[in-house]
Amino acid sequence: MKKILLLLLLTAVVFSYAGATVIEVGSNKMIKNIREAINKAKPYDTIVVYGGIYKEKQIKIEKPLTLIGRNNPILDGEHQYEILNIQANNVRITGFTFQNTGISSMEDLAAIKVSNVKNVIIEDNKVINAFFGIYFAHCKKSVVRNNVLTATAKEEHQIGNGIHMWQSDSMHIAGNHISGHRDGIYFEFVTNSLIENNRSDYNLRYGLHFMFSHDDTYKNNYFGKNGAGVAVMYTKGVKMLNNFFEENWGDASYGLLLKDIRDSEVLGNQFIKNSIAIYMEGSSRILFKQNVFKENGYGIRLQASCDENDFVRNNFQLNTFDIATNGNLVLNRINGNFWDRYEGYDLNKDGVGDVPYRPVSLYAMVVERVPAAVLLWRSFLVFLIDRAEKALPVVTPENLKDESPSMRPYDFTK
Amino acid sequence: MGRILKYVFYDLLKTRFLLFYTLFLFVSTFAMFQLDSDPNKVILSLMSIVLMVMPLISIVFATIHFYNSYEFIELMLAQPIDRKVVFLSEYLGVALSLSSAFLLGTGIPILFYGVSDSAVMLLVVGTLLTIVFVSLAFLSSVLTRDKAKAIGIALLFWFYFSLIYDGLLLWVIYTFSDYPLEKVTLALVSLNPVDLGRIMMLLTLDVSALMGYTGAFYRAFFGSYAGLVFSVGILLLWIFVPTYFSIRIFSRKDL
Amino acid sequence: MILLNNITKQFGKLRALDEVNLDISLGKSYALLGPNGSGKTTLIKSILGLVVPTSGTILFDGKSIANECDYRARIGYMPQIGHFPQNMKIGQLIDMMKNIRGEAIDIDDDLIRDFKLYSMYDKPMHALSGGTRQKVSAALAFMFKAPVLILDEPTAGLDPLSVEILKEKICAERGIGKVLLITSHILSDLDDLAGEVIYIQDGKVQYNDSIQSLKTDTREKRLGKAIASWLEQQQFISNVTK
Repeated sequence: MKKILLLLLLTAVVFSYAGATVIEVGSNKMIKNIREAINKAKPYDTIVVYGGIYKEKQIKIEKPLTLIGRNNPILDGEHQYEILNIQANNVRITGFTFQNTGISSMEDLAAIKVSNVKNVIIEDNKVINAFFGIYFAHCKKSVVRNNVLTATAKEEHQIGNGIHMWQSDSMHIAGNHISGHRDGIYFEFVTNSLIENNRSDYNLRYGLHFMFSHDDTYKNNYFGKNGAGVAVMYTKGVKMLNNFFEENWGDASYGLLLKDIRDSEVLGNQFIKNSIAIYMEGSSRILFKQNVFKENGYGIRLQASCDENDFVRNNFQLNTFDIATNGNLVLNRINGNFWDRYEGYDLNKDGVGDVPYRPVSLYAMVVERVPAAVLLWRSFLVFLIDRAEKALPVVTPENLKDESPSMRPYDFTK
Repeated sequence: MGRILKYVFYDLLKTRFLLFYTLFLFVSTFAMFQLDSDPNKVILSLMSIVLMVMPLISIVFATIHFYNSYEFIELMLAQPIDRKVVFLSEYLGVALSLSSAFLLGTGIPILFYGVSDSAVMLLVVGTLLTIVFVSLAFLSSVLTRDKAKAIGIALLFWFYFSLIYDGLLLWVIYTFSDYPLEKVTLALVSLNPVDLGRIMMLLTLDVSALMGYTGAFYRAFFGSYAGLVFSVGILLLWIFVPTYFSIRIFSRKDL
Repeated sequence: MILLNNITKQFGKLRALDEVNLDISLGKSYALLGPNGSGKTTLIKSILGLVVPTSGTILFDGKSIANECDYRARIGYMPQIGHFPQNMKIGQLIDMMKNIRGEAIDIDDDLIRDFKLYSMYDKPMHALSGGTRQKVSAALAFMFKAPVLILDEPTAGLDPLSVEILKEKICAERGIGKVLLITSHILSDLDDLAGEVIYIQDGKVQYNDSIQSLKTDTREKRLGKAIASWLEQQQFISNVTK
């Protein structure tokens, strides 16, 4: 609510100045290039740029301005330059196509770079084949909305991140579509931000990657078919709500990798067809609720370093392994989930199984120790040993069990 | 050959078992598709049938059939007919009728509910495994004169390939887990037609199962075109080698 | 016609045939005699290729029968116990044999007719009595007019009337110069049917000559008696030599 108020305020501020002078740029206008228009403009003026290709090397914006693209103006970096560099508050960029930035291993060349400012809005732009797409450093209260970023690099070192943010606060990232970059969305030290309705796919490394970015909320995003899924680290207070993690296949690919994450919530997400839906290490006090784990290799792979996590009311369906662990850990709580492998009964018809379910199978533990044993998956032998273990647990952790498994899958669409 | 084959077929049809077998497969496949909306899950259930039940039925039925046809074989061998021809007629008769029972019983519902890669692989693996186990059945039949003993050997074959072999394999993998085992296990898996068939199906069906570095290695191997050719080739060897030895033994056998 | 050279057959420890040499010639009729388990059936099965000898060769018309099958077209075989596909009817069985032999044009159906098998064409094999099965077996052996007839206990289990029919048929075949090799426990039957006698015991051929000379040697009129007294002689000789 606070954020929305803030946004309204921000928009109001921008609009109140929109009545200022409008400067037009175009091949058949008085002013032919953008740099000239910026030089002529006073703070809070609006510059309207008409269709055409503009090759102006690096354009700097050092006063509050609104830049609007009409009929798809294209800003071309000619594979050499950073295209737009914003160093003023209250800048709004909308309706442009940015393409072909330079590629450098020395500096982070970006299509749009924003630094040390606040209240910047980047909206409805296209970014094609940029090294870095939209780059923020030391910023506050800015918005990146409805942009489309695409790149076609083949190797990780040839490409930077799509939306890259560093040391920023109260950012709003919404409705963007990022594909083909190294990391779709990359955060480092970004706090109190809202990331929603984005789509991040076919990125070479991670769809979403953040570190030290506390108290951020991720809502309704789609992360799919990325090289290594989503990886988040060293952070507390993360909220992940109703996101989609899908088809992150590969030897070392995760739907969601959690490393040293604390006091967070993972609610209502869907994990479908990932090699490992959730991989956790060193993570504590996370609530996993109402998520769907379906057709993954592993539902949850829990390292022994995790404790006090809660897994409640999730659906586990058609996974190769629902939960695997390398330790004898009992420090996490698993309760009231639906497991499609559960074969217990429900005599009093309250929808809760009367006998506990043990989600860690003996075979999962064998594979954890000897990966080559994966070859025996779905063999009669594995079927038998898992049955035997279920009847008489010897090896699997005695206390790692769901005391009240649900008889039916939860319907979270209601 | 054709003339004798005709009588073998005639004899097989008379037992009505094949009809029941086809119907059983047909009805259960249809029921599975009806009860489960997810065709992949149906293929998974069918896979257990193909890997467990079908080899058992094939090997036991083929062994019993061989002994039930002993009179016919004896009669034929007193005629101017080559032993190989008699043997191959019996073999082809059983192999062809069992695999067509499978193809009809399982294939028609699959055609009806939609053909997928995994369904096609199921049919291929099922057919090959059926024939492999018919070959093993004939081998166990020519190894002894005693019907009960032959069925015993046949069951042992089935038990060995379905369970014991995997137990040994797991033991090897576990014991030598400190060594790079990928290539060794690959070779070991080829020595068991059931394992081979299972992995061929898993790759079209349950890719999620094969993960991690090890999984990637197997996937890269079996998932490739060459891997497919290799797997089918090995299964064909599993058909031809036992049959070859059976013919050799049979052509010297005293009746 | 059929030549056996040093045929030995070993079943595990048991030596069923021991260096057997025989010459079965055209136009002659042989009675193959010997106690139970002496190797008669093994000998017959060896000739048919049903049993593969451990060593030695068998020539049929001068050609080795090893791995051959075509020569069997010239043998009519009636096994000791006829094993037939149980779920076939008599008619189907006879048709199948014709079909498989591919010699359907000119068959000898005397026995089918005389044994009144035509009227039982629809009876399944498993419903037949032992005797009827023997009749079918006999009918099949004679059906293809083979020049060599091998009959293993042909009269066992037949009723007296049928025995006569069969004997008449055998005599008739003998009359047209076919090679006959017959085993039987009922020696009186063989008296009329065979001209030669082969006596084997413990896998060895003990006697191989014409019935006539056997009778002359032993001064007995009937084959049974002749064999018995010849055996006594042998026994006596071996006792003396000991």
